[in-house]
Amino acid sequence: MIPAAFEYVAPTTVEEALQALAEHGAAGDDVKILAGGQSLLPVLRMRLNAPEWVVDLSRIPSLRGVRDGGDHLVIGAMTTHDAVGHDPLVHEHALLLTKAVTHLADAQVRHRGTFGGALAHADPAGDVGAPALALDASFVIAGPGGSRTVPAGEFFVDIFETAIGEDEILTEVHIPKHTGWGAHYEKFVRVAHQWPIVAVAASVRLDGDTIAEARVGLTNMGSTPLRATAVEEALVGRPATEDAVREAAAHAADGANPPTDLNGGADYRRHLATVLTGRAVLAAAGRNGTRVPG
Amino acid sequence: MTATQDPGVATPTAEIGRDRRRKEDQRLITGRTRWTDNLTLPGMLHLAMVRSPFPHARIASIDTSAAKQSTNVVAVYTGADLAESQGACINAWPVVTDQVTPDHLPMPADRVAFAGETVAVVVARSAAEARDAAELVEVEYDELPAALDLKEAAAADSDNGVLAHPDLGTNVSAVWTFDSAEAGTGSDVEEAIAQAREDGIVIEREYRQQRLIPAFMEPRSVVVDPTGEQITMWSATQIPHILRFALAATTGVPESKIRVIAPDVGGGFGGKLQQTPEEMIAFAVARMLGKPVKFTETRSESLMTAHHGRDQWQRLTLAATKDGTVTGLKVDLLADLGAYVAIVGGGVPVLGAFMFNAIYKFPAYRFTTRNILTNKTWTDAYRGAGRPEATYAVERLMDELAAELGVDPLEVREKNWIKHDEFPFTTVAGMEYDSGNYEAATARAKEMIGYDELRAEQRERRERGDRVQLGIGVSTFTEMCGLAPSRILGQLNYGAGGWEHAEVRMLATGKVEVVTGASAHGQGHETAFSQIVADRLGVPFEDVEVLHGDTQVSHKGLDTYGSRSLVVGGEALVRAVDKVIEKARPIAAHLLEASIDDLEFAQGSFTVRGTDQGLPITEIATAVFASHNLPDGVESSLDSEATYDPVNFNFPHGTHLCAVEVDTETGQIKMRKYACCDDIGNIINPLIVAGQVHGGLVQGIAQALWEEAVYDENGTLVTGSFVDYLLPTAADTISFDIDHTTSPSTTNTLGTKGVGEAGTIASTPAVVNAVVDAIRHLGVNDIQMPCTPERVWRAIHSRSDGGGETAGAAAPHFDPSTGMSGTVDRAEGGAQ
Ligand SMILES: Cc1cc2nc3c(=O)[nH]c(=O)nc-3n(C[C@H](O)[C@H](O)[C@H](O)COP(=O)(O)OP(=O)(O)OC[C@H]3O[C@@H](n4cnc5c(N)ncnc54)[C@H](O)[C@@H]3O)c2cc1C
Repeated sequence: MIPAAFEYVAPTTVEEALQALAEHGAAGDDVKILAGGQSLLPVLRMRLNAPEWVVDLSRIPSLRGVRDGGDHLVIGAMTTHDAVGHDPLVHEHALLLTKAVTHLADAQVRHRGTFGGALAHADPAGDVGAPALALDASFVIAGPGGSRTVPAGEFFVDIFETAIGEDEILTEVHIPKHTGWGAHYEKFVRVAHQWPIVAVAASVRLDGDTIAEARVGLTNMGSTPLRATAVEEALVGRPATEDAVREAAAHAADGANPPTDLNGGADYRRHLATVLTGRAVLAAAGRNGTRVPG
Repeated sequence: MTATQDPGVATPTAEIGRDRRRKEDQRLITGRTRWTDNLTLPGMLHLAMVRSPFPHARIASIDTSAAKQSTNVVAVYTGADLAESQGACINAWPVVTDQVTPDHLPMPADRVAFAGETVAVVVARSAAEARDAAELVEVEYDELPAALDLKEAAAADSDNGVLAHPDLGTNVSAVWTFDSAEAGTGSDVEEAIAQAREDGIVIEREYRQQRLIPAFMEPRSVVVDPTGEQITMWSATQIPHILRFALAATTGVPESKIRVIAPDVGGGFGGKLQQTPEEMIAFAVARMLGKPVKFTETRSESLMTAHHGRDQWQRLTLAATKDGTVTGLKVDLLADLGAYVAIVGGGVPVLGAFMFNAIYKFPAYRFTTRNILTNKTWTDAYRGAGRPEATYAVERLMDELAAELGVDPLEVREKNWIKHDEFPFTTVAGMEYDSGNYEAATARAKEMIGYDELRAEQRERRERGDRVQLGIGVSTFTEMCGLAPSRILGQLNYGAGGWEHAEVRMLATGKVEVVTGASAHGQGHETAFSQIVADRLGVPFEDVEVLHGDTQVSHKGLDTYGSRSLVVGGEALVRAVDKVIEKARPIAAHLLEASIDDLEFAQGSFTVRGTDQGLPITEIATAVFASHNLPDGVESSLDSEATYDPVNFNFPHGTHLCAVEVDTETGQIKMRKYACCDDIGNIINPLIVAGQVHGGLVQGIAQALWEEAVYDENGTLVTGSFVDYLLPTAADTISFDIDHTTSPSTTNTLGTKGVGEAGTIASTPAVVNAVVDAIRHLGVNDIQMPCTPERVWRAIHSRSDGGGETAGAAAPHFDPSTGMSGTVDRAEGGAQ
């Protein structure tokens, strides 16, 4: 598995990186950004893609790490899944992300793969898109003309397609704080290291026994991560009981357009989405009565 | 009658029976060793293959000019260029005399018969440059219709349907039948079935053995050096000796001018039991250029072109009396050979023919396999080779019979199995089982898993209508190990024998070199064979060096497969060691100035009975090296060799029990417990045995739950990477509970039986039986393998929901109706 030859540059600042993109892009070359390489390298090694230039972001320190931005967290695009998973700020203010990355792939992939790389890659089966969407993340994208911020609802465009332009770099992701919210990521797989067949990201704020607010995101139920707004609305003001939650979760697949592949037909995925949504919301609400095998 | 020993008191000797860590592991695990791809020779060139994307096509033209001009490219060859010099890939086992066997050139010149077949080879100074240039080779294909579906291919002929090789006029390579009435080993199965239709039970089922990919850890790699007097080939192969024979037989290069070395080899599972096109191409290119060459496949190439395993449809009819005594079994197989008949190829289903009757005393049996050619990757041996397929079928059927009778699945088995006081037992398939004790292994396995408690919990869950249901799966398996008595292989028309060879060399410094014709590729031969020699010769374990896998060092051998190394190769070794001792005896008598009759040999030394005089055999080796003082007429050597041809197979067995939880809402399966009690006779190294059992179990469980090679309607392998071909990891398995009963084999000195394939053979039906058992009360009597959550969910819900939409083209084998396949024919007035 040897990739085609390419030129390689590893800038140390975002400006240099943008310059490299602009320069080689203007020369008509195909330029690819390299983050953790966990999606890009397999593609290159299988020769599904053969860029002339690869711009490696791994030597840019400013792109790494999590910081407190006041009412939100700022996660650098090059922060690894493992670092996100072990970050105390994330755990406190965006528990849903902690839960989602903890079982992403395997330890090796989590130590190499990055939060920004996974979001930029925009695999609809990827585990970080739905939580980011559910938590109303916004995306800071740097380009030749400066930085712009894109809300989650506009970031994901299609399979492997985002709002990031060819000459742009995703630099950081802002996650509004969801302090005190319960969270659960319900991932349905056949083997542990697999991309989810369907997964549900749920976060809820309880007021006593009542669900005051709910956020539900769906993984692999369409060409982008989806937000199950019908479920969210149906949950608000309802008690966090199995019956009420399941009733709301019945709307999980409304408007979804899941794929059919070796792991399941679209109808099966729609069914899974409703079952898993119920379980995810109950678990997020701390009602773990229903244990799930697998 | 078989004596079953308490495993606690067996094997009291120093080395045999001891948990020795494997000598070879440090170098194998760290990779700091001679894997073929680690080898570099001066001036070595690298190969890249150009492969057909189509399953069946005529090669209209190949333009190599751009590739030839690419940087550092030395040559580009097509099939026409290599022509005769490339030799041929051979089938060593034409199962019938009129077998239809397509010619198999390593690189065809005019037509490709599966997607992935090589049409050109690029030779360059580096592997990267070879790969780059391979992209520049322009091949024009005229696509031909492809025979892809096994059942359709079986039904096709020249006038109707698609032929994998149109010139052959048929897709049927062979039809091989065994009939107990004709063989005189039993009665007529049709009569038994007719009788059961009248006043008994007939169970008819159709089971699918999905196609699997061996997925060994080290991709295949080959280096050929033509620059010496002999042409040397290093290859990641299980079969260096057979490969040398095949190279000589098909290229015309004298066998004595070829040396094949299998250095450290990273797994095989049967997948490296092959004479591969890539080896032949590398051999031809090296000879043409007079330069060393290397080819190492990518993982994608490995999944696509290294031979696959299993792939059968099994139509089964079981006849029984109303009390559950089986009166006959009829088996009709369709076996998918893929595009060519591989080296063992069509013999794989035949190996299964002797095992469908398993541990049972069926009075009548008939087996037919129709071996079918298709335009897919060829199939051949994969861990168990024929026996997992057979075991799966019969163990699933015994569960169906139990369900029909409304009795515990173990009860129906016990009613039909061979009792321990009936060994040796000649089966309806004509095999003589050496020893066994099914009662003891079953009792122990039940105790280990807590069988009765699990059954009680299952009842409770059913009564409560739990969302998560519990199933308990049973598999009481046996298999034939130790391929094989040469005479039997001859009767089956196999192209070689089944003996094994060993040599013991006593070095001057007291060290011992052992040469075996078996060819380890991860099994731990170096350790186990060292233990045997250390014990028998009385030398330290560390002083024994085991050499193998090089035809110049181990000049005779038939390599490693079919759980044969210990039971055949180990026995050859024992005999060679005994010869050393006998050669040393007169010298010892001479040096000790004693009568030969007064000598005893124990713990490495000859002693004179009744005295404290003694002489270690290692000192005799030194004395022989000097040869200053040997008795008259005695050869100056203790070195000895032995070739052993077994008189029979041996038949390990075991009871495997598995408990799974099935989430009826999602179809998800979670394994809760797995307990097995295997009887593999005496054990040389319990740690190695545990490793073989654990690995085997995971591989068999993977067939039940996860793995399947899937082709789409264009003949493209959809599961062409590990993203889609789901191999389990440690995270997907549970801690297995394993134990043993010990019925020593009566067919070899050490009393051992094979263990390499046991776990794989036994576990698949145990798991599927458990899954079906969990949801049988919901109206389900089968789930096609792999039992995906989707298939389980559809099986549960198709009745109440009237079936869902199918999974579509991406899962072509899926058919909701097969989730509920089969019928039970009950004679009117039958007991209910
Ligand atoms: C064996 C394996 C199993 C996996 N299983 C899972 C799984 O179960 N769930 C899951 O979610 N993921 C899984 N992944 C993917 C993993 O999460 C990857 O890390 C992730 O998809 C890509 O992140 P990366 O940092 O490696 O990016 P890269 O592979 O380096 O880049 C991915 C793409 O994003 C672009 N890109 C990267 N960073 C930026 C940026 N800052 N700005 C603009 N464009 C950018 C690149 O150009 C490229 O096109 C798995 C990967 C492997 C190898």
